[in-house]
Amino acid sequence: MLKILKYSFYDLMRSRWSYVYFAFYLLLGMVLLFLNNNLSKAVITLMNVIIVLVPLIGTIFGVMYYYNSKEFTELLLAQPLKRSSIFLGQYFGVAISLSMSLILGLGIPFIFYGLFKSSAIWDFSLLLITGTFLTFIFTALAFNIALSYENKIKGFGFAILLWLFLAIIYDGLFLMSLILFEDYPLDKLSLVGTMLNPIDLSRTLILLKLDISALLGYTGAIFKKFFGTNFGLIISFTTLVIWIILPILRIVTKSKKKDF
Amino acid sequence: MVTIQNLHKSFGKNTVLKGLDLTIGNGGIFAILGPNGSGKTTLIKSILGMVIPNKGSIAVFGESTKHQSKYRHQIDYLPQIANFPNNLKVKELIKMIKDLRGKTELDKALIERFKLTPFLDKKLGNLSGGTKQKVNLVLTFMFNSPLVILDEPTTGLDPIALIRLKDLIQIEKQKGKTILITSHIMSFVEEVSDEIVFLLEGQIYFKGSISDLKTKTNQPDFEHAIASILQENHA
Repeated sequence: MLKILKYSFYDLMRSRWSYVYFAFYLLLGMVLLFLNNNLSKAVITLMNVIIVLVPLIGTIFGVMYYYNSKEFTELLLAQPLKRSSIFLGQYFGVAISLSMSLILGLGIPFIFYGLFKSSAIWDFSLLLITGTFLTFIFTALAFNIALSYENKIKGFGFAILLWLFLAIIYDGLFLMSLILFEDYPLDKLSLVGTMLNPIDLSRTLILLKLDISALLGYTGAIFKKFFGTNFGLIISFTTLVIWIILPILRIVTKSKKKDF
Repeated sequence: MVTIQNLHKSFGKNTVLKGLDLTIGNGGIFAILGPNGSGKTTLIKSILGMVIPNKGSIAVFGESTKHQSKYRHQIDYLPQIANFPNNLKVKELIKMIKDLRGKTELDKALIERFKLTPFLDKKLGNLSGGTKQKVNLVLTFMFNSPLVILDEPTTGLDPIALIRLKDLIQIEKQKGKTILITSHIMSFVEEVSDEIVFLLEGQIYFKGSISDLKTKTNQPDFEHAIASILQENHA
């Protein structure tokens, strides 16, 4: 698997898109720092961008890479390699190179701005960690979709739909259900609802860490009570890890049954 | 060497292989023939484990191929359409496959045979179809495995390269290898193959030597013998 990972990684590192992605984050980091003139504020703005954009890029990139490297995959399938190592190698190659673009692209401007001397370093690290988690989750989901649909257009369509659902529609439905059932106690429901969507979970984690949960009112207090504790933090990260493991398991089983 | 029993495969509603039985012995050149869509490539890909059969068993060198990958060390495969990652150089691709599969020194002689030296530093995306096929041939033959599977090996080759390929196939046969070939070029098949396996509607219609086929169909030459089978079954 490591050899495939290495080749996929190098392949991506040489492709234009990794540089575009890296440069985008570099620019974003610099502009935000310049406009906010404050590390903590820049982190908050950045969170809003990352929470939506990282999943999108992970999804698109994952699907695109899978379809583009189809020929390469077929070449590998005829070699004495396990199917799981071929696809996991490719998956980790994509996920790691995307995460690296994210971490380096944002890290460099923040480090130059004096991140290490600032108290925002923990918030910023949390931001990068959740960004990395989201990259791994959505790349895995994208690989799942691409493995399931031979037709590129369908694959892209479903991938975008998935992103749209988790990033936007889910929140809408969630909010509507909260309004609809406002007469009932909704603490548990909203906690579970947040846990089930990796984007919401990441957002909540960062928001609470940034200590602006006061803005969230009563719900914020409940959330703070849960996510603020070590227990809540462990549960949240476990959920994120499960969000990575389940799609990866499906990549393995799906790829074993597929015809090429 | 290869034993296939009761192999079934369908893609959705399209049933391609219907209970195919085939035994391929040690050594010699076997041509797998059949009309378009008769299941030649599906059969080959099943042997390679790229297509998962619905039913039936395949054994290569006496071992079942189901969920295995190591047996492919014994197989060299030339895919039908030479599709390679376009942004790799020829040199890099050869190096990569060696890295994945194991050391070999045979690539140099093969590069020399197909006169590929001037193309080594070119990207695969910029090569012509015929040159890609030559690269494909180098990648296939460089591991010296006892079972060689060639899917349409003549595609895109110029006459000189074709002669070199035929020589190469004969040399490999002398080493005692088993070579499976599919091709639509009947003259090529007639020239190189020892035995014919004729697929029709997902089953083996005929297996034997070319002369057997001629007597069976009562036709003086090979091309007409094949044509008569097809006519009989489609009329």
